[in-house]
Amino acid sequence: MHNQTLKALSEALANGQVSSEELTRHYLERIAQHDPQLNSFITVTQEQAMTQARAADQHRAAGKATPLTGIPIAHKDIFCTQGVKTSCASRMLDNFIAPYDATVVAQLAAAGVVTLGKTNMDEFAMGSSNETSFYGPVNNPWDTDYVPGGSSGGSAAAVAARLAPAATGTDTGGSIRQPASLCGITGLKPTYGRVSRWGMIAFASSLDQAGPMTQTAEDAALLLNAMAGFDHRDSTSTDIEVPDFTADLNRPLDGLRIGLPKEFFDQGLDAEVGAVVQAAIAQYEKLGATLVDIELPNTHLSIPAYYVVAPAEASSNLSRYDGVRFGYRCADPMDLEDLYKRSRGEGFGDEVKRRILIGTYALSAGYYDAYYLKAQKARRLIKNDFDAAFQQVDVIMGPTSPNAGFKLGEKAADPVSMYLSDIYTISVNMAGLPGISIPAGMSQGRPVGLQIIGNYFDEARLLNVAHRYQQETDWHAQLPAAFA
Amino acid sequence: MALHKDDVLKIAHLARLQLAEDEIPATTERLTSILGLIEQLQAAPTEGVAPMAHPTDAIQRLRDDQVTETNQREAYQQIAPAVEDGLYLVPKVIE
Repeated sequence: MHNQTLKALSEALANGQVSSEELTRHYLERIAQHDPQLNSFITVTQEQAMTQARAADQHRAAGKATPLTGIPIAHKDIFCTQGVKTSCASRMLDNFIAPYDATVVAQLAAAGVVTLGKTNMDEFAMGSSNETSFYGPVNNPWDTDYVPGGSSGGSAAAVAARLAPAATGTDTGGSIRQPASLCGITGLKPTYGRVSRWGMIAFASSLDQAGPMTQTAEDAALLLNAMAGFDHRDSTSTDIEVPDFTADLNRPLDGLRIGLPKEFFDQGLDAEVGAVVQAAIAQYEKLGATLVDIELPNTHLSIPAYYVVAPAEASSNLSRYDGVRFGYRCADPMDLEDLYKRSRGEGFGDEVKRRILIGTYALSAGYYDAYYLKAQKARRLIKNDFDAAFQQVDVIMGPTSPNAGFKLGEKAADPVSMYLSDIYTISVNMAGLPGISIPAGMSQGRPVGLQIIGNYFDEARLLNVAHRYQQETDWHAQLPAAFA
Repeated sequence: MALHKDDVLKIAHLARLQLAEDEIPATTERLTSILGLIEQLQAAPTEGVAPMAHPTDAIQRLRDDQVTETNQREAYQQIAPAVEDGLYLVPKVIE
């Protein structure tokens, strides 16, 4: 049953071949059996899941089913879930029971989705390896010595090991696409503003975006249908029509113009990963696409600019964790300043502290113009590169990650080397564009992702382009032997 | 630029973040290396470039000045470390 895509499970539920109760129990059993090897869940909501599953079956019996009714999924532990611990993988929120549902959670629940639990992640989504979690690292199901990527590493590992048919994730600098690549699943970061940020614990508000993590592009389309949409409670949500993302999945790719940025194929790219990506691009030529060499000359600015913008916004967003109204409070504070400083010093992990400090420095008196303003201008240059490219091409392709992952602990002592591994994903966040990573091959037994970048609000085309490839290949259908 | 211990302590104070004495050397070293990465920005040709705050340059939406939310103080204070009569308790600010 767990070898099935979300789409196939949806059909099995509709045909009465399986009930949501049976399906949900099956996945809960898989989590109990296999998650000790992965640590992909922080919280498993067993009882609530069974209650939701029975309600979904009743809904279906009453003729009120949607394509997602009764489908169990997992939520990244960054989404507020009413009455359920929402920790953001931080000691700071270890005791936080969210008093409301995030819009993404509420919309999926309204579509009938069952929540299996909350997945592990880098603390406050700051990391590319899932090693900064207060609850310990997640192992990659393909090779448990390796990281699953981050920050949505728990969601990626859970879907890759088929402990859930699909999961939600968030992507501020690559946090959906990079773990999707390293775990061999499909991960979509929608256009900034497409999916509501309300109830999604804020990291860098001008970059954060939620999206689906699934086995296939078709599954991602089904989930995005329920996740997307304008939300008046998110002040940067975009009021634009939401298409049916499944409608154009099968559109032929004849004449599709694919841009290949030379900056994405430079000396920083692992040779085997490069060969996998080239083979995938050759497959697209067979499907009728034409290739166009393009340049994104300001790509090299994206990491430096990101490490100003994201920490600056994080230092502001995370100032709310002060030990007063919710979250961790230090023992026996001497005075108010001691309460603030020790609650924050004890409640946050090392990487979160570093980013708060960098952001505080960049925003401090006398440095604003040289750092934050300069980075916002660099952001414009990065966006202008993409705008120019999309005058010539329909989508842009390249690797998601410069390599097929790294071992647990390998980069833990050197944050900058970890930051540099996000070179191909971060510019997409800086521009606010949609991007998807799909499995395209293997390198030394570990998955390699192809990244496809689209123009603003062109997720339907990204999903179409990804789906056509998945009709011709079976990389997306492979799962690690230990979890078969 | 290389940060010194005093710089780090000053930034940590601004951020209201306590660093344990044994965290300071590694923090100083790593912040210096991150700032080295960020320094590459200074070479970017940004003269006359408008700063970008939102990918589609959206402006802040306004809403009608009407009450739309209901009072949920009790629900929201259930997760507070310490409250009394609807107020959050902290150590004495004025002796």
